[in-house]
Amino acid sequence: MSAPQWNNKVVKWVDDRLPVISMLHHSAYEYPTPKNLSYMWNFGSLAGFVLVTMILTGIFLVMNYTPHTDMAFESVERIMRDVNYGWLIRYIHMNGASMFFICVFIHIFRGLYYGSYKAPREMLWWIGILILLAMMATAFMGYVLPWGQMSFWGATVITNLFSAFPIIGDPLVTWLWGGFSVDNPTLNRFFSLHYLMPFVILGLVVLHVWALHSVRSNNPTGVEIKTPADAIPFHPYYTIKDLYGMGVFLIFFSAFVFFAPDFLGHPDNYIPANPLVTPPHIVPEWYFLPFYAILRSIDFTIFGIPAKLLGVLAMFASIVILFVIPWLDTSKVRSSKFRPVYKWFFWLFVIDTFILGYCGAKAPDDYFLGIPGLKVIVMGQLSTLYYFAHFLVVMPLVGKLERTKPLPASISESVLKEGANA
Amino acid sequence: MRKFALTAIAAAFAVTAFTGGVAKAAGGDQPAPAAQDWSWQGLFGTYDRAQLQRGFQVYKNICAGCHSLRFIAFRNLEGIGFNEDQIKAIAAEYDIEDGPNDDGDMFTRPGVASDYFPSPFPNEKAAAASNGGAIPPDLSLMNKARVGGPDYVFGLLTGYEEEAPEGFDLADGKYYNHYFPGHQISMAPPLYDEAVEYTDGTPMTLEQHARDITAFLNWTAQPELEARKALGMKVILFLLVLTAMMYAVKRKIWRDIEH
Repeated sequence: MSAPQWNNKVVKWVDDRLPVISMLHHSAYEYPTPKNLSYMWNFGSLAGFVLVTMILTGIFLVMNYTPHTDMAFESVERIMRDVNYGWLIRYIHMNGASMFFICVFIHIFRGLYYGSYKAPREMLWWIGILILLAMMATAFMGYVLPWGQMSFWGATVITNLFSAFPIIGDPLVTWLWGGFSVDNPTLNRFFSLHYLMPFVILGLVVLHVWALHSVRSNNPTGVEIKTPADAIPFHPYYTIKDLYGMGVFLIFFSAFVFFAPDFLGHPDNYIPANPLVTPPHIVPEWYFLPFYAILRSIDFTIFGIPAKLLGVLAMFASIVILFVIPWLDTSKVRSSKFRPVYKWFFWLFVIDTFILGYCGAKAPDDYFLGIPGLKVIVMGQLSTLYYFAHFLVVMPLVGKLERTKPLPASISESVLKEGANA
Repeated sequence: MRKFALTAIAAAFAVTAFTGGVAKAAGGDQPAPAAQDWSWQGLFGTYDRAQLQRGFQVYKNICAGCHSLRFIAFRNLEGIGFNEDQIKAIAAEYDIEDGPNDDGDMFTRPGVASDYFPSPFPNEKAAAASNGGAIPPDLSLMNKARVGGPDYVFGLLTGYEEEAPEGFDLADGKYYNHYFPGHQISMAPPLYDEAVEYTDGTPMTLEQHARDITAFLNWTAQPELEARKALGMKVILFLLVLTAMMYAVKRKIWRDIEH
């Protein structure tokens, strides 16, 4: 596409020297987008919106927050009580973390369902995983800042995981803490990194969008754009669709912020941190529960490798494995719409992650859904097994064996066919 | 297309309800406290100022003997309906340690509106020493800091049993409570009938006292509740209109596109 000609003299002057306006025009205006994107494609831009919201509210929170073990809890309460609309800013930030993960999880599942990780979108997918990892680190460190009981004990449990590594483990943990326990130096560095990481995420998002715009958006058919008739310009079609989706999403977000602001949090975090009193159940935030369940499900040793180390490795592997699925998935077809067998395994995988989340929230010795004889730990182990089997066994095998449905010749053809059926 | 949006919203609700629900469901063998009707519940619920003031009376006359309320300043009492003069009078009833003065000495003076409620004990060690080793927790955030919130606080205050059930090994200096984790609580039953003298004709029963103090503690934990809900209503109404308009515009823009 040739560079657009600008009539406005100022715009032209700037653009001749730094073509930033042309660049925006390319990527946010004329970017050719498949015309058949469903509402499942709204969650990427929604996640971007939440990121900006988090950065803005975060900047204002920092103006009133004190990163010191003696004052952090008090300063948060001061924000809630004495800062003008401080409660609003904090509740947006607190619930915004959950909203961010809701958007990103739906975004990832959408990518999994429609094969958005397959060639030529591997780099796009990788950057996405890096964003997820950066988000997890950011969310974890942010949760420590109010210095409540769950902040302190969550930080203690999670940083202690690194002690599982042989030889370097203990020195590594001491180095992370900046001392011999989670204490003021830990809080200070977490604060510093919690402020830094969102900008790292922002940089990764720029790369993510850059990669997206060079390989173009996937779509529900998984068939690439072939003719100009398959695509429509991003603006106004997807700008308005994203804005509409944002309205719906903001209603959902506001319902939590204004009417159930503490629903997704844990009551223990309104108790100031106390290193001498361990809460009976140390539970991470909901978005970490599936990973926490994988960590805890390894309660056995293999070849003399201690269970704790295996658990930590399994937990990290559960995300790292996503990097290689472009090669684990052997199917030639992207979209699960045309994969009658894999489709079922996909939904099984979704259910599996929910079961893992449930197991992560419960004590290992509880009964799964109250079913006598079925311990949470056992269910967690079975779900962990399927989690990895899905990628390591199901993806390669089903891709080879499955008879896929015939693909439409083009996006336009599939749209016309669906229109005729409707 | 609309189906997708609805599915996504339903899924998002399901995810949050499910995970939020299970995250709360951890606990020991004590029963879940019965759900009570509170005036501030629901989309339009507000505090009952008279009840908050009665609750404050209970705090002042009973709880304050052992429990601090360190995030509440006298000036905050405006939120439960006291005017400036009343607040000044309440504050002046308290002795506040201040200083050091020009001679380098600490001194006490009557409280002013900007002072915070003084703590009953000078430090945690003193609090523990006076209470058989247990530290009476600060009450400012109590209603947000326990699973079950106000229902739990009310349940605890009304959940004492004079005798532990047979076979229950109650330690010395402990009291049996239905809702306290492990059932052994160090706090003696704090409330009883006519523990506080109400002047507005409200029945002075243990249950009523418990209800009032729980309401007061809900206000100390969430003083922003009324402003929050009122703003929330406006925000959501605005968003509903905006979203409906966006939807209409979207329909219009997409009208000629086969998709």
